[in-house]
Amino acid sequence: MNNATVSAPNEVAAQSEQGHHAHPDYVAHHFDSAEQQFNAGKLGVWVFLLTEILFFGGLFCAYAVYRGNHPEVFIYAHHFLDKNLGALNTAVLIFSSLTMALAVRSAQLEQHRALVTFLIVTLLCAFVFLGVKYVEYRQKWEHGLLWAGRYHPAVHESSHDSPAASGDRGAAVATPPNAGETPSLAPDLPTDVTSSEDAPRLVGVFFSIYFAMTGLHALHVIGGIGAITWILARAVRGEFNRFYFGPVDYVGLYWHLVDLVWIFLFPLLYLIH
Amino acid sequence: MNTAASEHGEGFGHVVPLGTLLGVFAALIALTVITVAATWVDLGAANLFIAMGIAAVKATLVALYFMHLRYDHPFNAMIFVVGLLFLTLFLGLTLLDTKQYQPEIQAAVENPV
Repeated sequence: MNNATVSAPNEVAAQSEQGHHAHPDYVAHHFDSAEQQFNAGKLGVWVFLLTEILFFGGLFCAYAVYRGNHPEVFIYAHHFLDKNLGALNTAVLIFSSLTMALAVRSAQLEQHRALVTFLIVTLLCAFVFLGVKYVEYRQKWEHGLLWAGRYHPAVHESSHDSPAASGDRGAAVATPPNAGETPSLAPDLPTDVTSSEDAPRLVGVFFSIYFAMTGLHALHVIGGIGAITWILARAVRGEFNRFYFGPVDYVGLYWHLVDLVWIFLFPLLYLIH
Repeated sequence: MNTAASEHGEGFGHVVPLGTLLGVFAALIALTVITVAATWVDLGAANLFIAMGIAAVKATLVALYFMHLRYDHPFNAMIFVVGLLFLTLFLGLTLLDTKQYQPEIQAAVENPV
């Protein structure tokens, strides 16, 4: 794509000696102007985001139904989640949304180096998010905290709690979480988690919902990494200018939606009281 | 829309001021901190509503400023709002349904025939 000079679409049209309406190479032929192209693309992306809202909505509905009918399962099981890691991931995603918005802004202002920088930072944040998610999932796997049918908690086998520490934590599920003072796994864990008297039935269903929601979200993060990488490659080639920054904007909108979903996931899964 | 803006060699569309973006980011982080801090206070059922309320404020900030809805054609905002409305219908009707029949289901589970 040759972007050596950026002329307004109308100027190019005036210079055309052919019969048809000429246009810069970044405006597709079926659009009257770069602005119309941008608005059309934006509308399309918003309709796609609407489908994504309903897509995640199905899982939120499952959450709402199951938590409404079995709140004790959620109150018990959420202690297995590390609130600090969840908060860290929230901050990482919010920051990545900022850098993504700054990237769009840079594209509009034709600040090419800033655009590339912000896209790279956004990508790094996405990888940090996935890294934290991997740490969390691995903890769950090691402790047998998996979905319904494979929920076999075995916290004491690889327990990182010293005997004194687990004594401190007490057995009451209702105590306020003492999250994250040590990097131990499952910091809020009641000591007698493997006892069947205290554990409600079907705790595995909480983890089914947890893995489905965070897993689908992580898949969207991975998809976002792909999309941002594509935009980054195009930005490095200098394809964007103040009349053509749509793709950056659209990928940005998708990424903000990924952030939006997590903004709701975090309190619903990690901050149950 | 016309191309009057592009004739002058300027880009079309609104560029969000840098200060606005940074301010929104600061607000989002602050609200996250408040959300976490709120879990240390036990208000029973209100905790969920407070957490969801704060999340809704955060979502509004992201939608209005990061996603540019504040400066966009209102049609895009309408698409977003309509999506939320249908989501509300979805969850609302499903919850109504399950609440209606859950007592019977519980009874059947606890007293298998």
